[in-house]
Amino acid sequence: MSALTALTLTSARAALDKREFSARELTDAHIEAAEAARPLNALVAETFDLARERADAADKRLTAGEGGLLEGMPLAIKDLYCTKGVHSAACSHILDGFKPTYESTVTANLWREGAVMMGKANMDEFAMGSANVTSYYGNVINPWQRQGDNKPLVPGGSSGGSAAAVAARIALAATGTDTGGSIRQPAAFCGLVGLKPTYGRCSRWGIIAFASSLDQAGPLTRSVEDAALMLQVMAGHDAKDSTSVNTPVPDYRAELNGDVQGLRVGVPAEYRLDDMPEEIEALWRRGIDWYKDAGAEIIDISLPHTKYSLPTYYIVAPAECSSNLARYDGVRYGLREADDDLTHMYERSRAKGFGPEVQRRIMIGTYVLSAGYYDAYYLKAQKLRTLIARDFSQAFEKVDVVLTPTAPSAAFAIGEKMDDPIAMYLNDVFTVPASMAGLPGISVPAGLSSEGLPLGLQLLGQPFDEARLLNAARFMEIAAEFTATPSGLGGGTS
Amino acid sequence: MAIDKATVLHIAKLARIEVADEATDGLAKELNVIMDWVEQLSEVDTDGVEPMTSVVDITLPLRTDEVHAAVQRDELLSNAPNTDNGFFVVPKVVE
Repeated sequence: MSALTALTLTSARAALDKREFSARELTDAHIEAAEAARPLNALVAETFDLARERADAADKRLTAGEGGLLEGMPLAIKDLYCTKGVHSAACSHILDGFKPTYESTVTANLWREGAVMMGKANMDEFAMGSANVTSYYGNVINPWQRQGDNKPLVPGGSSGGSAAAVAARIALAATGTDTGGSIRQPAAFCGLVGLKPTYGRCSRWGIIAFASSLDQAGPLTRSVEDAALMLQVMAGHDAKDSTSVNTPVPDYRAELNGDVQGLRVGVPAEYRLDDMPEEIEALWRRGIDWYKDAGAEIIDISLPHTKYSLPTYYIVAPAECSSNLARYDGVRYGLREADDDLTHMYERSRAKGFGPEVQRRIMIGTYVLSAGYYDAYYLKAQKLRTLIARDFSQAFEKVDVVLTPTAPSAAFAIGEKMDDPIAMYLNDVFTVPASMAGLPGISVPAGLSSEGLPLGLQLLGQPFDEARLLNAARFMEIAAEFTATPSGLGGGTS
Repeated sequence: MAIDKATVLHIAKLARIEVADEATDGLAKELNVIMDWVEQLSEVDTDGVEPMTSVVDITLPLRTDEVHAAVQRDELLSNAPNTDNGFFVVPKVVE
């Protein structure tokens, strides 16, 4: 790994200000890393020419003393974000050839501050998956491997390409989206920091919709400070997204001192699963001890509806997906299967364009919204959602943050958990509840499994309290002293 | 309740997804596994609970009634699989 690709986002940005190297040199080093890491399949579209152009422009601005917050920083952008004139397909066959004529608000914010796009990151089709095995463009391989075993592992999902790109040093940071854990779980599987902001903190405009009441943009980075910097630029009110909240964006880096003296840390009893691996349990206990030893107050809390979060999610998210994905009709964009009959043209285009998991979720969503079943399923799920959110708001009367594991296991091998959809869904058992309640959550790499794979701990916060959440995460980062780097395929990441 | 073959075909029709006859049994099985699993929600008493319609406590904002630049026709059509003279082309729907 080159010295330039080993930097954090924050340190690379500071080095550019001191002109220790040029933005072009930084981008070239990442292009070289990306070319070497192609076997990981992290990027589905490489935009290296554009990256070089933007890096040169960044150098000009830096020389003129005009550099933005992310000037010259090479980033990977999840394929769910619409980027003007560039491949944006949600890694689905149905969006074949789609090139947006507009730019998503979040990516526009990044470019405004000088960031450089390396390419579009692989992902589960329409963000539906937890292992990046549903992409039309093929699986992503996790740059991490088990000790003494070169079996390819999944990077997690759905933001699997984003996570692999940052872990393999193809980019200094990446954008992801999180509907039920799609930033936090891949971050845990790849040894990264993954932040899902409060619902409404970042604009969803120009991000291809999956489940609109849950989808939220956020960063994957190699440090908490980097996550704070990315959020600083990504967040903000946007009149084009009616669910974007008009509340000021604080300076997320101002109080990242890692001081947790007096912080009230909640530990929810219901997250202790019967069949949870001992090493996850042990990691969680260690995390609790870190906070306790630093003067935080550990408070046992109860979130009684936790076990219903996942089944509730699998009504709400498919229902919204069936509505959102109704727009793919073979008429206005993407794949079209010719037929003389209009309805058959729709049916054939959608059958060919959507993969099996997406079709399954559209069908479930259509079923739970159909006449006679709406009250029994969809309305019931919306009521459960109220109860899940209420659990959290009651807990937050007593605590400032909640500490849990991020995922019930380390990264697993490609091919495992693939036969049973519910086994795959259980990956998100710890991340979905906060999504249902719209709360911010962050995964921080906290240790290694017995097989040498990264494990994450998750912190959840109150709505729009990302500053405090990030500071609590900064403390964990210091306490965990996680310095391991991936040993795996392709990336030259020894 | 079990999703049978006829229900699968009905849902597929509503969802506008072509399903081959030989795939219906497998699909019915998969969907039933998921629906049986979510059935556990019925054990929760939700009488009198307000359904959540928005996770953030905001009222939908109204925009001011102003004229904006419209998206240009050629931009809208630029990604369409089939266009003709500034129109989307679809199979004939009227006799």
